[in-house]
Amino acid sequence: MTVFFSQLINGLSLGSIYALIALGYSMVYGIILLLNFAHGDVIMVGAYMSWFVMNQLGLGPVTAVCATIVTCTLLGVVIEKVAYTPLRGAPRISLLITAIGVSFFLEYTAELIMGSGAKVIPSYYAAKTFMIGKVPLGLTSIITLVVTVLSMLVLTFLVQKTKLGKAMRAVSEDMDAARLMGINVNSTISFTFAVGSALAGIGAVLYCCSYPQATPTMGSMLGLKAFVAAVLGGIGSIPGAMIGGIAIGLCECFVSAIGLSAWKDAVTFAILIVVLLVKPTGFLGRQVQEKV
Amino acid sequence: MNKNRKTLKMPVRYLMNAVLVVLLFLALSYMTGNMLSTYQNKVLMTVGINIILAVSLNVATGYLGQLPLGHAGFMAVGAYTCALFTKYCPLPGPVSFVLGLVLACVMAGLFGVLIGIPALRLTGDYLAILTLGFGEIIRITLNNIDDVLGFKLFYGAKGLKNIPKYSNFTNVFLCVVITCFLIHAMMKSRHGRAVLAIRDNEIAAESCGIQTTYYKVMAFAFSAAFAGLAGGLYACYLGVLDPSTFGFMKSIEILVMVVLGGMGSMLGSILSATVLTILPEATRSFESYRMVVYSLVLILMMIFRPGGLLGSYDFSMSRVVEKAMNGELFRKKEKEGADHE
Repeated sequence: MTVFFSQLINGLSLGSIYALIALGYSMVYGIILLLNFAHGDVIMVGAYMSWFVMNQLGLGPVTAVCATIVTCTLLGVVIEKVAYTPLRGAPRISLLITAIGVSFFLEYTAELIMGSGAKVIPSYYAAKTFMIGKVPLGLTSIITLVVTVLSMLVLTFLVQKTKLGKAMRAVSEDMDAARLMGINVNSTISFTFAVGSALAGIGAVLYCCSYPQATPTMGSMLGLKAFVAAVLGGIGSIPGAMIGGIAIGLCECFVSAIGLSAWKDAVTFAILIVVLLVKPTGFLGRQVQEKV
Repeated sequence: MNKNRKTLKMPVRYLMNAVLVVLLFLALSYMTGNMLSTYQNKVLMTVGINIILAVSLNVATGYLGQLPLGHAGFMAVGAYTCALFTKYCPLPGPVSFVLGLVLACVMAGLFGVLIGIPALRLTGDYLAILTLGFGEIIRITLNNIDDVLGFKLFYGAKGLKNIPKYSNFTNVFLCVVITCFLIHAMMKSRHGRAVLAIRDNEIAAESCGIQTTYYKVMAFAFSAAFAGLAGGLYACYLGVLDPSTFGFMKSIEILVMVVLGGMGSMLGSILSATVLTILPEATRSFESYRMVVYSLVLILMMIFRPGGLLGSYDFSMSRVVEKAMNGELFRKKEKEGADHE
């Protein structure tokens, strides 16, 4: 039972990291129907930034966290401006190939600059473990869960209550109609990328709390799993990303717990295939009718 | 346009192309025998295998307009099928090699159908991610299946060794020719036109009575089957198989070849597969920059020339000959000018 609960907590904290990253995929997909392959690699760049600030510049963890989030946000906007804006209106296959190109560019440039070995990131705070009954509860898990829930609340407020959020929803509903209503579509899309990438930055910091190292390819599998989470929850839906992320995280932890850790990636993809077969819109996605 | 235009009859066209292929074969095999070192011969065979991969992916990407990211997975299916068959088959060498290749095609094609039926019900992006997932599952399964089943068949990460090396220049060349011919023939047939119609507008194609799912799965399985053929040749060329070769990276490499050459152009795929295989070999010292350059090529290509270098242009010998017969070969500009008036 103890094992069950500690795996449950592990799964929840891993799942909430997936959820944060999945939100970035979901929001970008919701607004320009692009599967942003480079999203996972933004996290990788964030992790290197943390390492750089703390290990090379010798600055404190607060600076590192801020630097990571700012870098990710800027990187997301730059990627959007440089690679995706010129392709507005191009066939979706071109956008997708560009996204793969950007992802590979980030990965291999990082490998070229940083080398393929892992860089160990110093911990942001002194790790502690509390005991609740017989179940150990790490400070990292608590922080991860709290930060994720806070980010979700802020994001929900941003999307539902502010003017920019309204613009985002309008653009994702119908880009042309939104433009006719006087919404600046390009800046709204950039803003969406900024928000998604900022969440990725938070995700990067939380991920580095649990797995404190940076490698050039850390982002690709993390990103893919987060994408699976986004699809599972229903792409384009914010609560969906949360549910999907936690489901994937839990699933992965329990698969590892029963001794099949070599298969955990395969299980994640198998879930994806099953979901796409049974309910392609995911848990909370909505069916979009194709118009002729 | 004008009825007096001289044309070639079909048998003449086939004969002409066959003669050209034989000439190319003789030239290349003369080179392999006399001018090239063993290493260069190996590169030449890799070129052949990569041509098959690029041309087969082109069916799914260029002609069908989908984006499969698991082409290396199908290649792995073919490679392991052929490797295991040729390794344990008691039949004499050449027979088991041919049977192994056929089996590799069939298995990869079957997997293509299996993945295609669910995947092609979904639109572009989901198909990409589903095939990517499939490729990863194949790789992970090949890596770990022996532990689960408890016997030694695939040898996981240690690599499957001692595969008989049947591949040589002649049979790789033959396979390239067969692949190109079959794909060309299919694309020029009624089925090929249906596939192109689906690419251009799926809804319109469906309303014209084309069974979209059937043709999509067919093209997809066709593409997978030839990837399996390439895998089989690869297994019998290298003699050793390691699951990590067939990762996501390999799929992307093949995709770069197709995108660079021009999606929907067979000549483009062939040329870019050739260039992209020889170039990294010639510039080994820049190895670490290769993938950075590949990714930049993908991005820049999509922004500035989304159709690829050749677009959908395809070279046709008979067209050139027909033009020459009518004396149109060097009069192109003049004619275009006349059209504008």
